[in-house]
Amino acid sequence: MSKVFIALQTNDDTRSIIQAILADNPHAIANEQPAMVKIDAEGSLVVRRSSIEDLIGRDFDLQELHINLISLTGHVDETDDELTLSWNT
Amino acid sequence: MDMKVSKKKLGLKEKYQHMTRGLGWETTYQSMDEVFPYAKYEGIKIHDWDKWEDPFRLTMDAYWKYQAEKERKLYAIIDAYAQNNGHLSVTDARYINAVKLFLNGISPLEYMAHRGFAHAGRQFPGVGPRVACLMQSLDEIRHAQTQIHSLSNYNKYYNGFHEYRHMLERVWYLSVPRSFFDDAITAGPFEFMVAIGFSFEYVLTNLLFVPFVSGAAYNGDMGTMTFGFSAQSDEARHMTLGLEVIKFILEQDPDNLPIVQQWIDKWTWRGYRVLTLVGMMMDYMLPKRIMSWKEAWEVYFEENGGALFKDLARYGIRPPKWLDQIEQDKDHISHQAWATFYNYAAACNFHTWIPTDDEMDWLSQKYPNSFDKYYRPRLEYWREEAKKGNRFYNKTLPMLCQTCQIPMIFTEPGDPTQICYREVDYKGNKYHFCSDGCKEIFEHEPEKYIQSWLPVHQIYQGNCFNEGVDPTAEGFDPLAAVLDYYHLNFGRDNLDFEGSEDQKNFDAWRGMATKNT
Ligand SMILES: [Fe+2]
Ligand SMILES: [Fe+2]
Repeated sequence: MSKVFIALQTNDDTRSIIQAILADNPHAIANEQPAMVKIDAEGSLVVRRSSIEDLIGRDFDLQELHINLISLTGHVDETDDELTLSWNT
Repeated sequence: MDMKVSKKKLGLKEKYQHMTRGLGWETTYQSMDEVFPYAKYEGIKIHDWDKWEDPFRLTMDAYWKYQAEKERKLYAIIDAYAQNNGHLSVTDARYINAVKLFLNGISPLEYMAHRGFAHAGRQFPGVGPRVACLMQSLDEIRHAQTQIHSLSNYNKYYNGFHEYRHMLERVWYLSVPRSFFDDAITAGPFEFMVAIGFSFEYVLTNLLFVPFVSGAAYNGDMGTMTFGFSAQSDEARHMTLGLEVIKFILEQDPDNLPIVQQWIDKWTWRGYRVLTLVGMMMDYMLPKRIMSWKEAWEVYFEENGGALFKDLARYGIRPPKWLDQIEQDKDHISHQAWATFYNYAAACNFHTWIPTDDEMDWLSQKYPNSFDKYYRPRLEYWREEAKKGNRFYNKTLPMLCQTCQIPMIFTEPGDPTQICYREVDYKGNKYHFCSDGCKEIFEHEPEKYIQSWLPVHQIYQGNCFNEGVDPTAEGFDPLAAVLDYYHLNFGRDNLDFEGSEDQKNFDAWRGMATKNT
């Protein structure tokens, strides 16, 4: 199966986002590199708004991800509640 | 008595629908074909522009909001970096040459990308891609501006940054990135999108921004790291746009497949050739190395690109051509490029050097199949010669590839000791190529590529001297005349790093920053 990934800058805003992604995607692996974290996952990966909100204690708009996003792969499907990355194979 | 006002906010999908589709209309005073004159000539058939989906569903209001936030963060860091003499915290002054290459060779392409997306967006009859292109066009001018602002701080202290605009259109090696973008921007709007949106942004830019910018951070260059990641934060959107373009075009009509496949083959090869410069930056120009070019290629091209092309197979798309050669080349191209710049250091606006013993050991370890066998002995020989006072500067101009404009430095697939030459006769002239890929690209569009402005040809034709220079005069020095024309200061901007003004200044200033003298 193909891997998807999302890479985020390492900073205070992304700490909880990364934590939420790893909790929601037990199959995902975080790779820490200088100033960035790359999260790889087989098949698909989901970023869930509610999980992030639980950790940061405020409302979160998934589009805020754009501020600290470095890169990603896979088809993107975004709704108000979830952003999903996946390959069709 | 109070009116009950519904406060329900529009969902992401509804809002996107209202803020894009609702903005377009069918023109009646002029026909749609007159208003969008480039939409059909490339042969791409589109039946329903409304099938276009922007997966991020970003609308202009949200775009401004998030971009403004990125800018505030970026400039806060740039200011802090400048106020704290951040340039003195980089690992060593050799590193600054990687940044020179970036400003001279890459930042101007950001500006060209801005123009390209503005143009392509204007030419698409569909509203969805038009909005997406508008955003990308604005992103790209932001990238150009933030890079120039960040790097202007280095220009205050170091050589080689001073005339990147002038040099872009003249200096020999800069014709490689420049002609790449000129080629894309003079294509039709669909080809431009496949070239830059898909092949470059989706398949290749991760290689430029992710490991190199992370490398900048590793080398203490907070300025470059910040503009790099700030630009890259737009990149996720650009990549998504690039992938969407391909899916959209292929789903619209089966006749589109062969056209798109030919563009993917062409532009992956063109982009791959340009990235040779990045390979060299990663393997030779970062004093603290993060990953080798070969490793980055394996992660970001082979793994990700592999997943991408496996996914696109359902449309009938196959992986780009010449991958077998690319696969072999990953052991070689960064070394071949560095050797070339070492040779031509007299005609460059940045410095080159022989790697230290530690660095050579790192290269042996990362390139067990090639470095010790083919490249280390040559570097050691040059080092010995330099010690004897014979630092080698090549004064013969190289033959250039008609398509990618890189000197003929690449080797034959399967034989790293043999330079690869290909040629084509066309209308009574002979044209030369570095590879099967570049040759085939030429053969597909010869009338375009015979117009290439090849720096070496231009020098020999006498077009690269300032006005009034007489090449027939007694004692005429062609190199000096060409460097004048480039606005390159001999002895300051060029030659070896060892003994350079940059090296001396950096040492002196760093000493002042850490001691009371
Ligand atoms: Fe850009
Ligand atoms: Fe070439």
